[in-house]
Amino acid sequence: MGSRGRLGYDRVMDGYFGSYVLVAALLAIGVAIVAGALMANRLLRPSRPTPEKLTTYECGVDPVGEGWAQSQVRYYVFTYLYVVFAVDAVFLFPWATVFDAPGYGMSTLVEMFVFLGFIALGIVYAWRKRVLTWT
Amino acid sequence: MLDVVLSFAVILIVFLALPLIIGQTEHKVMAHMQSRLGPMYAGGFHGWAQLIADGVKFAQKEDVIPAAADRRIFMIAPGVALVPYLVVLIAIPIDRGRVAVDLDLGLFFVLAVMGVGVLGSIMAGWASANKYSVLGGMRSAAQLMSYELPLVLAASSVAMAAGTLSLPGIVEAWQWWWLPWQAIGGVVFFLAGLAELRRPPFDMPIAESEIIMGPMTEYTGMRFALFMLSEYAGIVVLSFLTTVLFLGGWHGPFLPGWLWTLIKVFVLAFVVIWLRVSYPRLREDQLQKLAWAGLVPLALVQLALTGVVKVLI
Repeated sequence: MGSRGRLGYDRVMDGYFGSYVLVAALLAIGVAIVAGALMANRLLRPSRPTPEKLTTYECGVDPVGEGWAQSQVRYYVFTYLYVVFAVDAVFLFPWATVFDAPGYGMSTLVEMFVFLGFIALGIVYAWRKRVLTWT
Repeated sequence: MLDVVLSFAVILIVFLALPLIIGQTEHKVMAHMQSRLGPMYAGGFHGWAQLIADGVKFAQKEDVIPAAADRRIFMIAPGVALVPYLVVLIAIPIDRGRVAVDLDLGLFFVLAVMGVGVLGSIMAGWASANKYSVLGGMRSAAQLMSYELPLVLAASSVAMAAGTLSLPGIVEAWQWWWLPWQAIGGVVFFLAGLAELRRPPFDMPIAESEIIMGPMTEYTGMRFALFMLSEYAGIVVLSFLTTVLFLGGWHGPFLPGWLWTLIKVFVLAFVVIWLRVSYPRLREDQLQKLAWAGLVPLALVQLALTGVVKVLI
């Protein structure tokens, strides 16, 4: 531990937030890589837009109607399923690190089977409701 | 400080060089599996410079943004697809003590950031204002929904086994008998990861012969190249994660640890290529069914197995 400046650096970089400062730095590097690539592209490329070139691609014929066309989203039910289960799954992570700590053991194991039972029940329910088949 | 600079340099090399090496390997391996030669001219020796030539071509191509597109979202989508895969690498250990940042929440962080990458293709699909792209974007979204759950469940099984969420901590705790113990979880994790990358046989959202690359239909030049790079960076990240979580990372006899990590990563990348050549594309409903009726129950079985073994032994 030398001068005051060195101490200050350590305090920032070794703390809990210090590691996320590095994550932010890498994120900035990533953004810079993408920006640099696009900038190089801008310097090297020609730019000769024509109305034909800028039309929406639809296998060579003129586009019919709008691109944001209405369509039936068949998998919206999966979205509900996902939201329900993903919220459950998030609780798994903190639990996973402590479940076999001294003093827990058997009771957490039983709890885990209750949890698995709930998820399995949900999937069986979706199955019986024919959510997983399309026609 | 020097440590940080060094580990960032390693991350950048991994991020920029490995995808190209895997891409070239894919060219050649696919070609030979299909009794072709693959690229043979660029660079002279067995077409080794093919991807560099591709890059030079991409850099010079005109950047066409369709008049109907949502310009700003259309322009940033490739970046959103690519950058998360770089950020993920910060938490992945290459050798004992060789990790840029040992995050307490490593596993959670990695899964969360990887999920962001898929947003890129959903954004691209919607912003292109193209029917194929919208379909592709929707399919990407559906695929993310379905395969995120088995991915998370399989990953948390490893967290249970190791009792920590830190990736170096998990590798440190790893022992050889975890291979059979966590085998189901490993397969589920790898397949679900492949599906999140939309690699064949899970490439319904891209399906070039049906919806013409889906979200990427309208992209050209550099932006298209960034999407391609993100696909291969995704393979690198998925292979690294599977190695670290299920194959014991740097553990292995005789050779140095970082080399073991790299060998395992390349073997997994080879499997990714192999699967592409071997299996036909799954239909959209088959994809959903595989996730909900196949991988999720398997992941639950793995969780039960992990819990029972961990508590009783």
